[in-house]
Order: sequence, then structure tokens, then C-alpha cells
Amino acid sequence: MAILDVQHIEKHFGATQVLRDISFSLDEGNALAIIGSSGSGKTTLLRCLNFLETPDKGTISVRNELLFDAADPATQSEKDIRKKRLHFGMVFQSFNLFPQYTALQNVMLARQLLAKEQPEFKQNKKHMFAEIEDHARVLLSQMGLADRAGHYPHQLSGGQQQRVAIARALAMQPDILCFDEPTSALDPELTGEVLKVIRALAEQKTTMVIVTHEMSFARDVADQVIFMDGGVIVEQGDARQVIEHPQQERTRQFLSRYEGDR
Amino acid sequence: MFLTVLGALNAGFLQTFKLFAVTLIGALPLGLIVSFGSMSRFTPLRWLTRAVVWIIRGTPLMLQLIIIYYIPGRVMSASPWGSGESGRFLASCIAFIINYACYFSEIYRGGIQGVPAGQQEAGLVLGMTKTQIFFKVTLLQMIKRIVPPMSNEIITLVKDTSIARIISFQEVIWAGYAFLKGSHGYSGLIWPLFFTMVYYLAFTGVLTLLFSWVERKLDYFR
Repeated sequence: MAILDVQHIEKHFGATQVLRDISFSLDEGNALAIIGSSGSGKTTLLRCLNFLETPDKGTISVRNELLFDAADPATQSEKDIRKKRLHFGMVFQSFNLFPQYTALQNVMLARQLLAKEQPEFKQNKKHMFAEIEDHARVLLSQMGLADRAGHYPHQLSGGQQQRVAIARALAMQPDILCFDEPTSALDPELTGEVLKVIRALAEQKTTMVIVTHEMSFARDVADQVIFMDGGVIVEQGDARQVIEHPQQERTRQFLSRYEGDR
Repeated sequence: MFLTVLGALNAGFLQTFKLFAVTLIGALPLGLIVSFGSMSRFTPLRWLTRAVVWIIRGTPLMLQLIIIYYIPGRVMSASPWGSGESGRFLASCIAFIINYACYFSEIYRGGIQGVPAGQQEAGLVLGMTKTQIFFKVTLLQMIKRIVPPMSNEIITLVKDTSIARIISFQEVIWAGYAFLKGSHGYSGLIWPLFFTMVYYLAFTGVLTLLFSWVERKLDYFR
């Protein structure tokens, strides 16, 4: 069953059209890799899913619930968008950890703020906070960072920071976890440790959308691949099929630059 | 003689300190509100705020003080500030708060806009509200950025309080100068005027220590 369904998304920045008639769906437990050259619209698409950009046209549905319809302003109120964002987790290229909080606090902060909005918070505060902390510590140790919980971001390597960011996104228990070039800011050595974590998430059947330039990683970890160019989906399908036997000339050209990587 | 002068200068410095403290208490939050106005996405508000900031920063505080103290009394039947030292204090506070709020607002604006957009976006995707993001994420990072320029402005404020002398607010320089003109049975004494420097130096010294303490306190993150 499709957990995510995106139909006919379009996005303009001024006169420039960056996304054109983007439609795809993703099954629960699957990982989708979005590949393509810089400026092809991959990141904008991901930002649309997280409502950091508002599409000009199209719809976004999760578990058959219509979250966003560009034609229906009722689906776009600020208050609702905030709740709808929680269907999606987001891991940024540049980590964007909060520098004034430790790794553990980074993972807990948003959950604690949500807990404060619950009606039972006043009587149950201790219990709720303890639960949030336990969950955060479990996530950090899953990321191999149990001993880094008390470190501030600037005391961590790039790879460690990105793994904290992944734990922070997972803490919200999103339906779909999005990655925006999660390893592009890392050197090859640190890239490996982050990819390993994402690979483990794929094995646990986490639903993911991953924008990446790591072709062999996309081929091995993703179930589906979308190749984008100039704001349109040029080719989509089974990951191994698309990367090893692309049907479109434009896809072949793009992938030929990664020959050595495959 | 020395004790008489010291007593008078102490009383003057108390007024200086009161004006300084009230200005800070008023201008620190007001400046934040002005900075939000100057960053507003509502264009007329943004333009209006920036115009006000331009006028306040572009004209001498001394003139603003004179206008605020004297003009309302000319327009209305009586001065709204009340008579005597308390009236002069009130008018000075209003003028200083408005003036300093405008300077602070620009420092705040720089501080807020200097926090990377990714911080706000990270908060949004975690389901935080804009208010939560401001208080839990942006604010402390902004404070860390603005400590050095703010300490400059605040030290300037210590000395700017002497401008209130133009409406005869009896701050420390006024008290020192009084001994030159004749006061407490002395006249022609010049040293009390120069001795006021000791007060300014001591006070700005304390503030300098305080600011470097705040900087050290915020040094735990980058």
C-alpha cells in the first residue's frame, strides 16, 4: 500500500519553473532515492514534502489522507501545516543541529515542547520527560553515539553531527524520513559511517526518501529510484533496474559520470 | 570640602545611574519590538519602522530630549512631565528609551538575521511553532552574537546620560559643574567636574567585567 502519494506537483521561483508535473508514490517500508544533477529540483521537491516550500500546484497525501492541495487553501493553514510536517522527518545536508544544546537535548527538544502541549502534561510531567529521554538515549545508541549524548555539536565530527540529526528526526517518529544529500558535506571517511546508519534503517524497513549523489548506495539501499532533470522526472522505477539499465538517453548520460562508482 | 563634594557627586551619580538603568530596562525589550517591525513582511510597517529609526538615529539625542521635554507643554496647556527633577527625569527616560531602542533594534536585527536559516528550518520540520523556535533556538544564538556590539552601545549610554544636563537633569556632571558656578558654599572649584570621570571609569569598568563574564558564559557553544 502506498504510504506517500504525490500528484502533479509544480513549483516556480519567480519566472523559473523548478518542478514540473511531479508524480510518484512510495510504499510503506520502502526507500526511494532521488538522483540527478545539481539544480534538477531534487532538493526543492524534498522541501515541498516538508512544507518548507509551498507547491504552486498538486497534492500530497500520506496514508490516503490529503495533507496538501495547492487548489484548496483550507489545507494550508499555518497551524495545520505544523502538525502535517510531523508526518515527515528531515535530515539536512548541513545537519542544522542546535548549537546551544547537547546531542541528547537536540534529540529531546521538539518532543518535550510537544509534550508540554498535552492536557495531561501537568500531572504527568516527570513520567513524560523520562520517557522522552529514554527514547532519545535509545536512538543515540542506535546511531552509535551513546557516549556522545552530553557533547555539544561543535565537539562532534561531521559524521557524528549528522547521526545526531538522524536521531533527532527519528525521535518524532515520522511516517517518512527524508534525507537531503546527507553526506555531501562530509569527507569520504565520515560518509561511510552515515551511510551505514541509513542502510541499517532501510533494513529495519524505515520508509525513506533520500536525495543523494552516492549512486552505488542508491542502487544497493533504495527500492525505487527517481532520476530528475530540469525539474521533471525523466525516469523512475526499480533502483537496480534504473541505475544499471537506464532506458532514457538523459539518464544514461548522467549515470555515465558515475561509472567508476558502480 | 572633599566630603561635601563627594556627597553632591554621589547624589548626582545616583541620578545618572537611575537614568541609565531605566533606559536599559525600557530600551532592551522595545528595541526587540522595533527590530521585528523593521523585519516585518508587511511592507508599510517595515517602511514606517525604518523611517522612524532613520529619524531617531539621524538627529542628535540632545534635540530629541529638548523636543520631548518642552514641546508637549507648548502644545498642551501644561507640561505633561510634572515639575522639578522628577519631571525632568521622566522626560529624559522617554527620550533615552526611544533613542536607544532604535540603536538596539539594528543590533538585534543583525543578530537575528545572522542566525543561519537552517536553524529555523530545522525547528519547523520538527513541528515547532515560530514562537518556540524564536525562544528555544534563535534567541540564545542571537544574544551570543550581539554581546560585543551591545556592550559598546551600553557603555556609550553610560556617558550619554550626561546629555540630560541640557534640560537641567541633575546627573553627575551637573553636580560637578555646580561647584564651578557656586554651590554648597563653594564656587570656582574646577576639580569636582573632572573628578566625575572617576565615577564613569569605575562604572564602565564594572560593565566591562560583566560583559566579558557574559561572553565567557556563552562560550560553551559555537
